Amino acid sequence: MVMAAVQTGRYHRSYKSELRLWNTTPQITRMIILAIVLVLIPLVFDNYWMALFNTALIASIGAIGLNILVGFTGQISLGQGGFLAVGAFTSAILTDRMGVPVFFSILGAVLLTAAVGMIFGLPALRLKGLYLAIATLASQMVIIFIVRRWEFLTEGQGFVDVMRLEVFGFSITRANFEQQWYMILLVITIIAAFIATNIFRTGVGRSFMAVRDQDIAASAIGVNLTRAKITAFGVSNGFVGLAGALMAHYTEIVSWERFTLDISIQYLAMIIVGGLGSVAGSIYGATFITLLPVLTRMAADELGGVAPALRQQLPAFEHAIFGLTIIVFLIFEPKGLNRIWERIKEYFRYWPFRY
Amino acid sequence: MEEKHVRTRAYQHSLSGSTLPPGETLLQVSDLSLRFGGVKALTDVNLTVESGTIHSIIGPNGAGKSSLLNCVSGLYKATAGQIMLHRQGKQGKSTENRRPADLEAKDLSRLPPHRVARLGVARSFQNIELFDQLSVLDNIMLGRHIHTKKDPFMAMLWFGPAKRQEIRQRELVEEVIHLLKLQEYRNQPVGALAYGIQKRVELGRALAMQPALLLLDEPMAGMNVEEKEDMARYILDIHELAGLTVVLIEHDMSVVMDISNRVTVLDFGKVIGDGTPTEVMENPKVIEAYLGAGE
Repeated sequence: MVMAAVQTGRYHRSYKSELRLWNTTPQITRMIILAIVLVLIPLVFDNYWMALFNTALIASIGAIGLNILVGFTGQISLGQGGFLAVGAFTSAILTDRMGVPVFFSILGAVLLTAAVGMIFGLPALRLKGLYLAIATLASQMVIIFIVRRWEFLTEGQGFVDVMRLEVFGFSITRANFEQQWYMILLVITIIAAFIATNIFRTGVGRSFMAVRDQDIAASAIGVNLTRAKITAFGVSNGFVGLAGALMAHYTEIVSWERFTLDISIQYLAMIIVGGLGSVAGSIYGATFITLLPVLTRMAADELGGVAPALRQQLPAFEHAIFGLTIIVFLIFEPKGLNRIWERIKEYFRYWPFRY
Repeated sequence: MEEKHVRTRAYQHSLSGSTLPPGETLLQVSDLSLRFGGVKALTDVNLTVESGTIHSIIGPNGAGKSSLLNCVSGLYKATAGQIMLHRQGKQGKSTENRRPADLEAKDLSRLPPHRVARLGVARSFQNIELFDQLSVLDNIMLGRHIHTKKDPFMAMLWFGPAKRQEIRQRELVEEVIHLLKLQEYRNQPVGALAYGIQKRVELGRALAMQPALLLLDEPMAGMNVEEKEDMARYILDIHELAGLTVVLIEHDMSVVMDISNRVTVLDFGKVIGDGTPTEVMENPKVIEAYLGAGE
């Protein structure tokens, strides 16, 4: 059992063993403990917290998608909200109005969002950095404009109602709504994280990172920049479409107000706080940013007796904390929560020695 | 587990992607001109690189050496002229009964950089252009890009073809790492490495492409004598081990004269001398370009 906590070094006898995600007993033990904790969560927390966790899980998938584009490929996108809307509306309309089974409607949402992302990614072939950010901002505006004005989408009511989830004959019950959703979302998030990790341990993902770090050199080693960027937009927005579709089925209502520019900014905050260019970081960041307003409110309530202004000015206070968090991370840990966690692991790996 | 015989290790992979026999024309640049507005960077440059040689391009600052290399690798589009890369056709890969008909030539001057790379032209850059945030291993693995299947769905699945491909590529990459003695830096991010090591990683990345032609843009710039000797040794090693054709831009005349088989001298975008190192050294035009006209 001591071996489960302590390891001396990592020794590999084959490339195959080196390519495994978790090699050592401590790593595997840690993953097993994490799995048990995650499964036990619904037994401990009430519906309020479960709703928050579910939101965080959906946000994690969206953040992984955005991170593929921004963190791994270096193409800044402010269009996240718009792409989430594409996913949400597609899946909602497919199931509700066309009677497509949920599984296929979500798949359809993934594919359509990926395709839309590839089209809106075309400016990336010519633009970089800030200019690209503005171009993707345009995609956000265009998509939300279409969603608001195109009456076919909401049949004029301004929103789409979505039926309670029913997939492969299993339907969510009212009593255990949050718990059942939690298990579904947990599995999907883990699969999504796996897929994203796999992309970045193969040549495709490596070529994305090459485009991010040095695009001229990337083209000189044979990376087709056009293809790499468009593929990155497609893959990234596939994940975003999945998040959007899940959001539609989970909240059971889709309206454009949920997909404004604020959301795009919030997702950027998630990946900055979590760690640019890290799949695990996307999940940490998404969870952190989702829980931040709640924690702020709790803190304000606790401190309400001492400083009543906090409670009275709560919305302003929340915004300030949000901004402050991003600034603090940018200054003190630009690589985000993921890097902090890695440092903790490094520390305990050598503990009680310093190195 | 009993082993019938002791397994010994040797380099399993050839680092050269060219099947042309030594001495044949590999690269032929004819009447190449490059203009930026009114500036004539290159004017009617003619150059022939033979397979299996180390061919140096020298010249004073601003002579157009890097421009020439950028034209070959597709980063600049030449205003006029041709850059023909000769290679063996698909048939007749065996060296016996090879006929001239089996040779084919591609014009590189109209191709985008990634297409040029796919034809087997690898290069290094004057100012190191590595993927800073990635490890040495990942940088060199990226050199395998043209030899890997890039199906995103295969990658997402990981198990099966994607994993097998990673392991197969890794075996070759480890040989490059061994050849260039980069083992101790394998998992370090390249951005943090010393200048000389970065230059070597860049060479490794180009080598991992198994190129037919290796273009090196000042691989020894900014190095001290010992580092230069090391780098020259690596270049000669590669040349001898793989029979790789190397086109080299270099300022240090002693290095150029020592390691190259052939030298081309550029000045103001024109070729002013071409031949063996000794011939070039005695060429009055070259002496004039380097030392100024004797009056």
